[in-house]
Amino acid sequence: MNVKILFLIFFWPLSVVAQGFSDLGSRADGFANPELNPTFSFPTDHGPHPEYRIEWWYLTANLNGPDGTAYGLQWTLFRTGLRPGEAPGWLSPQVWFAHAAVTTPDQHFATERFARGGIGQAGVEATPFRAWIDEWVLEGEDFQKMALTANGPNFGYDMSLQANGPLVFHGDKGYSVKSEQGQASYYYSQPFFTIDGTLKLPTGNVEVSGHAWLDREWSSQPLSDDQSGWDWFSLSFVDGAKLMGFQLRQTDGSLYSSSTWITPDGSTSSYPNGAFSAIPLNNKTTKDRNLPIQWRVTLPDKNVDIIVTAQNPDAWMELSIPYWEGPVNVLGSHIGQGYLEMTGYE
Amino acid sequence: MVLRLEGVKKSFRNSEELVPVLQGVSFDLEAGHTLALRGESGSGKSTLLHIAGALEAADAGRVWVSGKELSQLDDGARAQLRRTDIALVFQQFNLIPSLTVAANIAFQSALSGTPDLVHIKQIVSSLGLLEQMQKYPEALSGGQQQRVAIARAIAAKPKLMLADEPTGNLDEATAENVLDQMLKLVAQTGTALMIVTHSKNIAARMNRQLHLCNGFLV
Amino acid sequence: MTTWCLRALLSHWWRNPVQLFAYLAGLALATALWSGVQAINSEARASYDAAAKTLGEGQYDLLIPKQGNRIPQDVYVLLRKSGWLVSPVIDARINDVRLFGIDLVTSATGLPNLAKEPSGITYDTLLANEETALKVAMLANVTVDTSIAPGIAIGDIGLVQRMLKRDDLTHLILLPNQPITQPSLSMIAPNLRVQSAHTVTNVAQLTSSFHLNLTAFGLLSFAVGLFIVNSTIGLAFEQRRGMIRTIRSLGVPMRTLISLITLEMMTLAVIGAGFGIALGYFIAAFLLPDVAATLKGLYGAQISGTLELRASWWLSGMILALIGTALALSSRIWQIIQMPLLASAKPRAWVIATGSRFRLQLIIAITLLFSTVPLALILEGLLAGFILLGCLLVGAALALPPLLGGILTVVQKYTVAPVWVWFWADTRQQLPGLSLALIALLLAVAANIGVSTMVSSFRQTFIEFLDQRLAPELFVEVETANQSAALEIFLMNRQIEVLPLLTTQVVIADLPVDLYGIRVGQTYRNNWIFLDNTLNAWDIIESGKAVVVNEQFARRADLWVGNLVQVNRDLILPIAGVVGDYGNPQGQVIITERTFKDLYPNLYASKFGVRTQDASFLRTQIVNTLGIKNNAIINQVGIKALSLEVFERTFVVTSALNVLTLGVASFAILMSLLTLADLRVPQLAPVWALGLTRRRLAWLELLRAVLLAGIVFVCAIPMGLALAWILLTIINVEAFGWQLPMYLFPLKYLELGGYALIAAFLAAMWPAVRLMRTPPSTLLRVFASER
Repeated sequence: MNVKILFLIFFWPLSVVAQGFSDLGSRADGFANPELNPTFSFPTDHGPHPEYRIEWWYLTANLNGPDGTAYGLQWTLFRTGLRPGEAPGWLSPQVWFAHAAVTTPDQHFATERFARGGIGQAGVEATPFRAWIDEWVLEGEDFQKMALTANGPNFGYDMSLQANGPLVFHGDKGYSVKSEQGQASYYYSQPFFTIDGTLKLPTGNVEVSGHAWLDREWSSQPLSDDQSGWDWFSLSFVDGAKLMGFQLRQTDGSLYSSSTWITPDGSTSSYPNGAFSAIPLNNKTTKDRNLPIQWRVTLPDKNVDIIVTAQNPDAWMELSIPYWEGPVNVLGSHIGQGYLEMTGYE
Repeated sequence: MVLRLEGVKKSFRNSEELVPVLQGVSFDLEAGHTLALRGESGSGKSTLLHIAGALEAADAGRVWVSGKELSQLDDGARAQLRRTDIALVFQQFNLIPSLTVAANIAFQSALSGTPDLVHIKQIVSSLGLLEQMQKYPEALSGGQQQRVAIARAIAAKPKLMLADEPTGNLDEATAENVLDQMLKLVAQTGTALMIVTHSKNIAARMNRQLHLCNGFLV
Repeated sequence: MTTWCLRALLSHWWRNPVQLFAYLAGLALATALWSGVQAINSEARASYDAAAKTLGEGQYDLLIPKQGNRIPQDVYVLLRKSGWLVSPVIDARINDVRLFGIDLVTSATGLPNLAKEPSGITYDTLLANEETALKVAMLANVTVDTSIAPGIAIGDIGLVQRMLKRDDLTHLILLPNQPITQPSLSMIAPNLRVQSAHTVTNVAQLTSSFHLNLTAFGLLSFAVGLFIVNSTIGLAFEQRRGMIRTIRSLGVPMRTLISLITLEMMTLAVIGAGFGIALGYFIAAFLLPDVAATLKGLYGAQISGTLELRASWWLSGMILALIGTALALSSRIWQIIQMPLLASAKPRAWVIATGSRFRLQLIIAITLLFSTVPLALILEGLLAGFILLGCLLVGAALALPPLLGGILTVVQKYTVAPVWVWFWADTRQQLPGLSLALIALLLAVAANIGVSTMVSSFRQTFIEFLDQRLAPELFVEVETANQSAALEIFLMNRQIEVLPLLTTQVVIADLPVDLYGIRVGQTYRNNWIFLDNTLNAWDIIESGKAVVVNEQFARRADLWVGNLVQVNRDLILPIAGVVGDYGNPQGQVIITERTFKDLYPNLYASKFGVRTQDASFLRTQIVNTLGIKNNAIINQVGIKALSLEVFERTFVVTSALNVLTLGVASFAILMSLLTLADLRVPQLAPVWALGLTRRRLAWLELLRAVLLAGIVFVCAIPMGLALAWILLTIINVEAFGWQLPMYLFPLKYLELGGYALIAAFLAAMWPAVRLMRTPPSTLLRVFASER
């Protein structure tokens, strides 16, 4: 029995592993729920919100090496609470875990870490900003300029980040609805990072640079009971505009979508369910799972009609919670790069 | 014809040499008839009886019991023939020591089906064994044991009864008595009887006598 | 037909209940001790497995403190934040329970049953098996989980820390798949060192020889039981020859008959073996507490005190019993197939062994016995030891009947009185029938002598060893460097001889070794006895120019007196002496206190031996003055008592097994005699007719049994001693890494001999009484019915 799976059973009343991602919709006893018209306060809100059940600091990056080779990078720190609130030492009800990955054109490296809260092994502090688990760190004086590091058994990276635009709030001023029943989360992003640094790969170090996108999200019940997974896109076009769009797959076969159009200067247009659409064009079986690795994505209001293709179809995250996450290329009405996350394909 | 032998030969290997025991024996026995087979010790009487009883196979010649040629039968068929058509009575140790007299008597007929209890009761009472039914063989005298053996043989309603010195272990008076009853029963049931004996008296009471000498009938 | 045939076959057993009993009892005995012993072994193995699984011991490298057994929790967090993937563990005893605190989030091993009832699990619940749960129920919420190893309670690390009122850790599990870059351990945690997984002594390995001993006992009684089964089957077939002939002549085909006989015998075998397994369960349940105590005392191995019915042992017992029966049966069935239909219905006298068969046996026996000498010289290893044992046992067993025959022939030759001439001749004639039972007795007595010698030698050596090693009256353990220094000054000021003991774990000659620093003084010079040493060994050691090693190290590294030992990168010293170190699995290298401090300036003496006339007074003083906890001071007498108690428990197990094996052997004799009794009536009848009373004959029968047992016992002594020698000098060395001197215990052997004679006498009683009561008519019938 894998202890990591046990841990999930241990800490989440219903196992995510057994239930799939739909578990994220289970009831949130004692935890706070996101409400309309949020007011964010920074830098405090860059830090953790232990009164909510789950929270993440989610960074993805499209990179290029000196020879033009495209790479993808992921660094995610998750917080999950057994109970709301915080307590000192081992009594802390907070559990932290993190995923790191690097995608090359023909390989995908992924690893994870786990830690209990309260003892200092992992956590997030808002000022100066520092998010860490073991030796993995995302830190900086503020949210503008940060250093990022992670290591796995066969890869690692040391990067620095520089924000070149404002924070972006999704949904209704950061209140992002996830279902007809009103499940929602607080959701904002910093999609304007430039990033450079060193990837440590089995074949040697590679100097890379590119752009990164950081998502911040917290909630207590982001999914409804009848949602089994999602397909999430963060795309950056060559003209400087960006598109965030996701659709939640529901057990009756219908979809629930949401999207944000981001202009190069950071102003946004949010779209309700149905505006954004993503249709699988091509599937590929990777690690015994059949996954769409090419999509047709449309947002008619912005004349977006594009083909999104995985740079490396094998970007399967073979971790305690398995999912697909990797860099994509965009062609069609708009041209660019981005990241795709697909969950619930088990 | 219940029993028919034709040119039966049999030899035994005795250390180095082959000793011929039967050197071409032929005779017939009809239903209801009795036959005494006499001869010196070691003349092959018992061997002949065993061959007739499908217990041993002849080296040469042919044997028919109830019209069946024995050499054509496999072990199972010969065993079935013994079960249904032949009854054997030996000089001693005929009975299964761990079964009661009643069980012993019913045994052979039970092997091939349901024993005919009325028939058995007649036999038992005519042999004077009623008192002994629940006893074990070891509690019986030699004469009683032989009478039980005969009762068992008759109870199976055989076509052919083969007896090897059935009274050899008994005193004269007992022997006479046992023989009387055996003959009476054979006569009643129409069974063919071949009896091996060295006693002139016993032989004299049979329909026919054969004498075996040096492997030949004389 | 089937019903009637079966009825006839089975009627034999109802008419001969003793035979039925012998058959069932033989199978039951064969199965009982075997499955009992296997039950104990499998219970122990399951406990070891459970412990290894729950604790993950031996699977992963550990980080442990260089000194003491505590790691500050900050060090753990620092290691994690530096990229060292470790998982914290706190491990302590409370109420005789090993309390194990782990962090499930980072732990590498899982708790299987957690998955089944996740709802009941919280941070505030311990997991333990039922037995252990009771012991800790007062201290915390406990969830019963049968998969947890006995004697262990597991809980969240935070809970266990709170229960123990501690905020530190015991060791860290070094997880697999460490990240590609990592600072060196000495930079992050200079006080920790890596203990590699394979150097952790494996409990299963450690205890394997103990379990082998048990298995040997089980196998022995299994063999004896099968002797009984074999002879009962033989007897039943002999006695049923007439029945089988009759049934066949009445027209039952051979194939039917054989199938029915096989069905009958195997069904009975299943019943007998079933009884045996039930019996084995009780034996195991009876012995288990003592075995558990022995294992815990000798090896620190914790096994469950309650027995589970595991398929592994009862099925193996059943299958072995059925295979044994089938083998014995097949030879008899082969005989029936070969038997001419009209072969004499009279039971033949028991298979009489011919002279030529005896001669063949003797040749094989001599070959086997002589091959043991070169085998002992050439072969190495545990397996070789057992091959040697096998040769010895089988050789001796085969040699016994011809040997007895020879002895009887000689005795008979020098006997004049006619009754006695007959007595000897008659005894000789009975030998073939009795030989299996006598072999059983020989094996049982020899095994008892061998095992008793080994266990007693072990005890004797160990007591002497304890006297040497436990010369200091008090042992004090300190926790800090300050305490250590204070204690030494305190004792020096009072002119009390103090023997500080510095220790650390190192790798020498590629072996994990405990390195000790000692203060050479009168105590060592007077009490430590070398197995081998150079001249003036202590002087050389005291001057720091040589080391002492224990035998375990010497054997494993194959380094002996005069060889050089690389103690440290810069220090190579010769071995001046090798000491015996019984019951310790670890290798030891001993240097002087001064040299040790040069090599490890940061380490301090954590243990002290103290020589004093008034132990209890000094103890109170140390506790009151220095604040050292009372339970950190151990009285030498206490340790000794504890050690000896372990041996007493071992003895209980050994003597119980002694009694059981002798019991089995005596039962074999009884059955053989009963078997022979009926067949012997024709042989006894003429003697009776010639004027020997039945009473006299019965006494002679008794005398014969005791005499034969006596001769067997005499033969068993050298064999038992050879067995002990093999156990001590070959198997023990292979299994433990140290040799035990062999002591002889003549009184113990005489006692065993007495038991053997009593066993034989008791076994012969019933047949003798039966003979005495045989009615004359039965004897007379022999003459009457003999053809």
